[in-house]
Amino acid sequence: MYDALRAPRYNDDVVKKFVIATVFWGVVAFLVGVIIASQLAWPELNLGLSFTNFGRLRPVHTSAGIFAFGGSALLGTSFYVVQRTCRVRLFGGEAVANFVFWGYQFFLVMAALSYVMGFSQGQEYAEPEWHLDLWLTVVWVTYAVVFIGTIVKREEPHIYVANWFYMGFILTIAVLHLANNLAMPVSLFTAKSYNVASGVQNAMIQWWYGHNAVGFFLTAGFLGMMYYFIPKAADRPIYSYRLSIVHFWSLVFMYIWAGPHHLHWTALPDWTQTLGMAFSIMLWMPSWGGMINGMMTLSGAWDKLRTDPGLRFSVTAVGFYGMATFEGPVMSIRGVNALSHYTDWGIGHVHAGTLGWNAFITFGALYYLVPVLWKREGLYSKKLASWHFWISTLGIVFYITSMWVAGIMQGLMWRAYDALGFLQYSFAESVSAVHPYYVIRMLGGVLFLTGMLIMVYNLIQTVRSPVTERRAALAMAGT
Amino acid sequence: MPTKIEKDSVTGQMTTGHEWDGIKELNRPLPKWWVYIFYATIAFSVVWFVLYPSWPGLHGYFHGMLGYSQRTAVDKDVAAILKQRAGYMDRVAKLSFDDIRKDPQLQAIALTAGRIAFANNCQPCHGAGGGGNPGFPALAAGNWLWGGKLDDIQQSITFGIRSGLEDARQSAMPKFGADGSLKPAEIEQVADYVMALFGHNTADTAPGQKLFAENCAVCHGEKGEGKREIGAPRLAGRAHLNGDIRESVVAQITNPRLGVMPNWNSRLDSATIKSLALYVHSLGGGE
Repeated sequence: MYDALRAPRYNDDVVKKFVIATVFWGVVAFLVGVIIASQLAWPELNLGLSFTNFGRLRPVHTSAGIFAFGGSALLGTSFYVVQRTCRVRLFGGEAVANFVFWGYQFFLVMAALSYVMGFSQGQEYAEPEWHLDLWLTVVWVTYAVVFIGTIVKREEPHIYVANWFYMGFILTIAVLHLANNLAMPVSLFTAKSYNVASGVQNAMIQWWYGHNAVGFFLTAGFLGMMYYFIPKAADRPIYSYRLSIVHFWSLVFMYIWAGPHHLHWTALPDWTQTLGMAFSIMLWMPSWGGMINGMMTLSGAWDKLRTDPGLRFSVTAVGFYGMATFEGPVMSIRGVNALSHYTDWGIGHVHAGTLGWNAFITFGALYYLVPVLWKREGLYSKKLASWHFWISTLGIVFYITSMWVAGIMQGLMWRAYDALGFLQYSFAESVSAVHPYYVIRMLGGVLFLTGMLIMVYNLIQTVRSPVTERRAALAMAGT
Repeated sequence: MPTKIEKDSVTGQMTTGHEWDGIKELNRPLPKWWVYIFYATIAFSVVWFVLYPSWPGLHGYFHGMLGYSQRTAVDKDVAAILKQRAGYMDRVAKLSFDDIRKDPQLQAIALTAGRIAFANNCQPCHGAGGGGNPGFPALAAGNWLWGGKLDDIQQSITFGIRSGLEDARQSAMPKFGADGSLKPAEIEQVADYVMALFGHNTADTAPGQKLFAENCAVCHGEKGEGKREIGAPRLAGRAHLNGDIRESVVAQITNPRLGVMPNWNSRLDSATIKSLALYVHSLGGGE
């Protein structure tokens, strides 16, 4: 136990801002998700307008989900966690931390606006044009300086595992961002540029970027979150220190090579595909290391799942993480990929990860953080949080099962030959065949959004509840 | 920070002695099953590297012991399916339309081939079952632009419409409005008359009829019956290339859309094109 009186006052103000942004962007991401899922089921909902077209709203959904909701959650929790596990205030002071917050939010708003107005580099998950890329670089480098500066001036002898994961995320995302956005602007005054790479080289760099956005943004970063909030909420030690080290280094080493599995059966050379597939398969256990450490940390505290809905979210998240990181290597096998590629199976796989893992672990962190940051006794309603949990879980089940069925059906229809040796189905027939599953997927999204809105209400009511004396006293003591 | 190694009372494991914000770690060895499966995936990958094209060098890459190549695999699959079809598709390619139609079994096969080829290649523009879309002719209605006999259809599919090929169907409608040969008011009058040809009740058609006779009839015919030799659409009737609305008639006279269809001989073999012609012919408009 450390001396509470000597503990520094942490910069929680910026964390609060990120928490609010996370909740806001979560609603945006899930709402736009429901809209574009409805457009896929009923194309008339494109409304015939350029700025409501699926093609423009889809990057709004993905960027709002990954970079706005997920990004705000990562930046916010990383600032919270690094201060407490290093026992120092954020490096650089309040103004710099606030610059990271507002600079990042400015980027997100401008990116969303630019998509709707029709600007795009055409690189998936890296759609913003060059001027926004430059701005994000400035913000990201500042973020890295704040985070790493805080670690450098830490008062603890060792660096906690959550911080390795956060650092892996911050540094790799910087490298990925720079490499995939190397583009030549048409002129200084136009938002149009051309990537320096073209053809299959461009595709390879894009999917090296794309897959590691999954690997380092959605996996490493969120594992950092997991490594703090699960042991904290469970009040149990981490299951295995060695596993945390071995799986960290094996994960970051394996992930960076796995990108080519997105380009199976394309113009990408065979040898590159083989390497991408092999590294994806070797990635299975390194990924599962995080699941084992997350789940098994609960040994001795399983009963808390009944009483702490936040922890229930976190642990279920780890379960979905384990499922998605097994499914991924399976889908990377070239033979399996021949069936799954370009189908909705891929979409289902991604959402098992983003909804089940990223959003759930974030919900767990939010349910933990809001009462602590706003110094409230606890959540306004555990019952509502439970409702959120079950409604969202049902939503995910709707989503991923409908996409499995739709995806496998598409894959089978596309490859089916009749007895005479002619294709049995046309592409258009496979489109109409998946319609019912698109409706079910949309309903899954509606459930997930409903759960989110329940959480928003619950968190607002939590903040509006009176500050308890006990919390206030603890806060004064600096806990 | 003063830290101490202690025994976790729940699991009996020792901690590492570190502590961060109250979080400790157990000094537990790696789970055995985890390590073994990890090794197994590495072994699997090594086997894969040996069998399949894998590591690159300065000059090319290791091709693998199986000699696998994605390109060869696809070629083999395509060759196998073509070989399976050859028995009947070679006959479709060789025989005349009349001879194909004399062999009901061969005709049925050709229609099967034509159906899927149509659905994957033609349907995006011409609609399911050849129902047509604005700007893309209906094929089931019998309202042919370039002729509805099997040979005509085959010719259109093979070389395309305004595709740039020498043998392509080729014609152009003058830009009556854009080049000023008709004034806007006159175009409105012609449109009145054309709408009347379409079967709508319109105002006084006499001035429009006169202008039509002077400017349009040479291609579209005195009574708007069309002229297939030059692909001039029939106007008398209810099925129309660009839609049954006045705005599109005015727009077409002012600055015409000249539709383009690719020459499919660059993508489809002659047996498939013949099957397509038979299929399109069977949709309800064949002559």
